[in-house]
Amino acid sequence: MNKVVKNVEDALTGIESGMTLMLGGFGLCGIPENSIQQLVKLGVKDLTCISNNAGVDDFGLGLLLQQKQIKKMISSYVGENAEFERQMLSGELIVDLIPQGSLAERCRAGGAGIPAFFTPAGYGTEVAEGKEVRIFNGKPHILESALTADFAIVKAWKGDTEGNLVFKATARNFNPMMAMAGKITIAEVEELVPAGELDPNFIHTPGIFVQRIFKGEKFEKRIEQRTVRKNN
Amino acid sequence: MALDKNGIAKRIAQELRDGWYVNLGIGIPTLVANFIPEGIEVEFQSENGVLGMGPFPFEGEEDADLINAGKQTITVQKGAAFFDSSMSFAMIRGQHVQLTVLGAMEVSQSGDIANWKIPGKMVKGMGGAMDLVASAENIIVAMMHTNRENESKILKECTLPLTGAGCVKRVVTELAVLEIKDNKFHLIERAPGVSVEEIVSKTQGDLVVPEVVPEMQL
Repeated sequence: MNKVVKNVEDALTGIESGMTLMLGGFGLCGIPENSIQQLVKLGVKDLTCISNNAGVDDFGLGLLLQQKQIKKMISSYVGENAEFERQMLSGELIVDLIPQGSLAERCRAGGAGIPAFFTPAGYGTEVAEGKEVRIFNGKPHILESALTADFAIVKAWKGDTEGNLVFKATARNFNPMMAMAGKITIAEVEELVPAGELDPNFIHTPGIFVQRIFKGEKFEKRIEQRTVRKNN
Repeated sequence: MALDKNGIAKRIAQELRDGWYVNLGIGIPTLVANFIPEGIEVEFQSENGVLGMGPFPFEGEEDADLINAGKQTITVQKGAAFFDSSMSFAMIRGQHVQLTVLGAMEVSQSGDIANWKIPGKMVKGMGGAMDLVASAENIIVAMMHTNRENESKILKECTLPLTGAGCVKRVVTELAVLEIKDNKFHLIERAPGVSVEEIVSKTQGDLVVPEVVPEMQL
């Protein structure tokens, strides 16, 4: 089944203000940067964004925050974004901070047809407030519910016309689970190849989870913390 | 003399055992990788999806697609593996990782830890810390004994929002190694040249001091 769309404009058709979006990536690594820029152009507002991080002030989801397009963020860590912290502390932005492993599993559960699950993460903290607690093997666990989204937008290294995806190194992160949890999943890829070119043994995300795929026009791939050691 | 950050990392590295998978948090814990004792093999897990983390890349060899949980560019060792975030936390929650080292703003004598939020001032988020502390069997906290105002961070009860309750068993600071047991801190070792009196005066929580407190061997 051919999932290819011409460009980012076609890929993001149907995204409207007020929708819930999942966006893959960890920090600036593996984020769908072409799609984020297109969301800025579209000017859609009141978005609920589910993403591990919120980008930096002038890249990634920071671009949407600058334009005040986001109403609510569901994330685990937002430390690198001053504008985010300002909007959150002033109450302009609703923020739901949840443990990273719970965020990953809630997305996976959403895509896997599991409505909720118990995890020990967050027990005894404010994350557990209002959540059902149950003891398993003598240890308290809290009930966490699945997450889904109107659109999931992911970024892969390689993809084929069937929507099969392969990720590179740690740019995989949240992308596979989010691809599963989107009612419509859009994949932007660095390399788009004909069906049959990718070895089926090494597909990370099977095409069944992807509805639209396109080759990103340009990937800046900004590095957040450039750490190096000296050549001898 | 009180240890510097590298000294704390070096002392924690003595806790590593051959064959362990280890998750290192951001800050002082990251430095532990520089002091692996000779003759033992450990593998570092980073929760953003890598097992077998190596040192920073040489200049010009940085790869934007290859970072650690602190968003720093890294390399990988031979035999490394990449995986998604869900599988990464399956390793953590499923207790396949033998040791977790992380930083803290406060710890309490009941083993509570706070390191993610200062209400009204700083909210960065918990990242993977809540999953790590709730699941790991073996957690070492690397931290400074006091804050900038010289107030103790080793407390009867945490004042900040918790990251985890009753989970910390061992704390290494610039002054001491402490164990948490029976709702008390126990002084295990002191930094070279640091007096027991100094440690006692900078510890707000209940501290059990044995007759002889050995110096750390670094």
